[in-house]
Amino acid sequence: MAVAPVRGRAEIYEGTRIPHPIPTVLRVPEELRATGDVMTVNFGPNHPSTHGVLRLVVDLLGEDVVGVEAVIGYLHTGFEKNMEQKTWWKAITYPERIDYLSYQHNELVFVLAIEKLLGLEIPPKATWMRTCLCELNRIHSHLVWLGTSALELGAISMFWYCFREREQILDLFELVTGQRMHTRYFQAGGLAEDIPRGFFAEARRFVDWMPRAIDDYEAMLSRNKIWLERTRGIGLLSARDAIALGQSGPVLRASGVDWDLRRAEPYLAYPECDFRVPVYGEGDVYARYRVHMEEMRESTRIVAQCLDRLERMEGEPWIADDRKVVLPPREELHTSMESLIHHFKIVTEGYRVPEGEVYVAVESPRGELGCYVVSDGGPRPWRVKFRAPSFVALEATATCLRDALIADMIAIVGSLDTVMGEVDR
Amino acid sequence: MSYERVPGLVETVEAYGETTLVVDPARLVEACTHLRDVEGFDFLADVAAADYLGWGQAGVSGSIGTSGGRDLNWPSTQGYQALPKPKPKRFSVSYELRALSEHPRRVRVQVWLDDGEAAPSVVGVWPTADWHEREAWDLMGIPFDGHPNLKRILLEDDWEGHPLRKDYPIGGEPVRFSEEE
Repeated sequence: MAVAPVRGRAEIYEGTRIPHPIPTVLRVPEELRATGDVMTVNFGPNHPSTHGVLRLVVDLLGEDVVGVEAVIGYLHTGFEKNMEQKTWWKAITYPERIDYLSYQHNELVFVLAIEKLLGLEIPPKATWMRTCLCELNRIHSHLVWLGTSALELGAISMFWYCFREREQILDLFELVTGQRMHTRYFQAGGLAEDIPRGFFAEARRFVDWMPRAIDDYEAMLSRNKIWLERTRGIGLLSARDAIALGQSGPVLRASGVDWDLRRAEPYLAYPECDFRVPVYGEGDVYARYRVHMEEMRESTRIVAQCLDRLERMEGEPWIADDRKVVLPPREELHTSMESLIHHFKIVTEGYRVPEGEVYVAVESPRGELGCYVVSDGGPRPWRVKFRAPSFVALEATATCLRDALIADMIAIVGSLDTVMGEVDR
Repeated sequence: MSYERVPGLVETVEAYGETTLVVDPARLVEACTHLRDVEGFDFLADVAAADYLGWGQAGVSGSIGTSGGRDLNWPSTQGYQALPKPKPKRFSVSYELRALSEHPRRVRVQVWLDDGEAAPSVVGVWPTADWHEREAWDLMGIPFDGHPNLKRILLEDDWEGHPLRKDYPIGGEPVRFSEEE
């Protein structure tokens, strides 16, 4: 019936390349194994180019990858179990640590789930500020991806350039929230604090600077012979296979599928923002690089639009006025008994969230970040489950590494943009 | 939109703007194939298992000091304001489906299982289910019939128990090298 809107070159190869019967394990054919020429190499879990603790068991025939299995779980910390023990209010701290590069998105998806269950109205200022920070966070995450991926292919200078701009974003986060990472700035109901003075000027400076920085990156890479040779035509994933493997985000869009949750399932202020969704049809590492670069440009534009709106919202509320859920203003605690009681109740016992189950998804820098939450009507979540886009992206390693060379393996796995904290949770 | 033609449909639940199709586990693969091929849900976003052991057993809250009352050392033991609706079985497995089309749609397919009861694997319908089902087996102990590679994924192979179950205590896992070995 409904067919996914596919742009660009839809079929980059015939049929499917997903291994059978196990979709995530590429097995060496028995007759090849019998020749005795296949060598099994253990790659990782502690290897600088796997972005964390990913282990790949690779079967090599000379330099060709003929078999691969990804082994994960080295960073499993039981976030979901821990969150069941905390009140809703305290549990917000956890999701940020799951994906330590896009913490605002992780925080957001959980807060949105709480708000959906509570039916809270969010003031527009909070919505726009969340959008603004999420897009800054997307740029930040893409910068770390670009810097480390280029570094792995030998372009060391890219790393310094990317981290220069990343630093500016972290300074902005610090200015707003007091923290460079794991900001915990989003509360159920809005924001934790008002936007501080001086933020707009600093953010404007960044927005003006960023397009020029991206020009620099592209000047260094987009027509760089080595970069092109190392990224083009490898790690192929067709649109059909990408959808079957549940891929999302830049990986899916680089395979020619025009899909972005910011547009397909609008949340925050995205319906009112003007932005483009970059789609490339080649399905290779280079296409993923192009998608990341253009997304940074689009995100910069969205941040500028958010700033335009936020600057006119001076003095508006930044958090919902619901004393059963939202902490009372600090200064009231000294004078109002009711505020003190509300503060005490929220911090110790926590607020109650109506019974029900919801699945909320946002477009994180890595793709569909989902949060399935069950509440029993009590002050603690009954069950929290995250749909981690990195976890799903790693399912595509076996398909993407088919017929790859060992030297390209780094580029291919890197292009899937995985954060191991999120994979293992 | 109605889903009456979904094979094995037990119940359709609408809540919070989300549609949940409760399906007979025996006909899950049939239902999923129908949803993919006829209704266009080509994308499996997530498989989430939940354990409902002890669901709604904390009692309804009264004034402080009533029987089964409040332990001051454990805030939030005051009980529920209203008891939650009972669940048909101990475990649920929820499949979040999407149609990646011009008119995005979403639906949740849900099956209910007892302890040890297996759900049929949907890897044949959506290959992405492979790791999701392994995770549900690893952390929640739900077996999947017909999964080509059902083994632990996040925990090591010799781990005992399934930590996301409600009867698995937090902090109760054995820590290696901490005993007087």
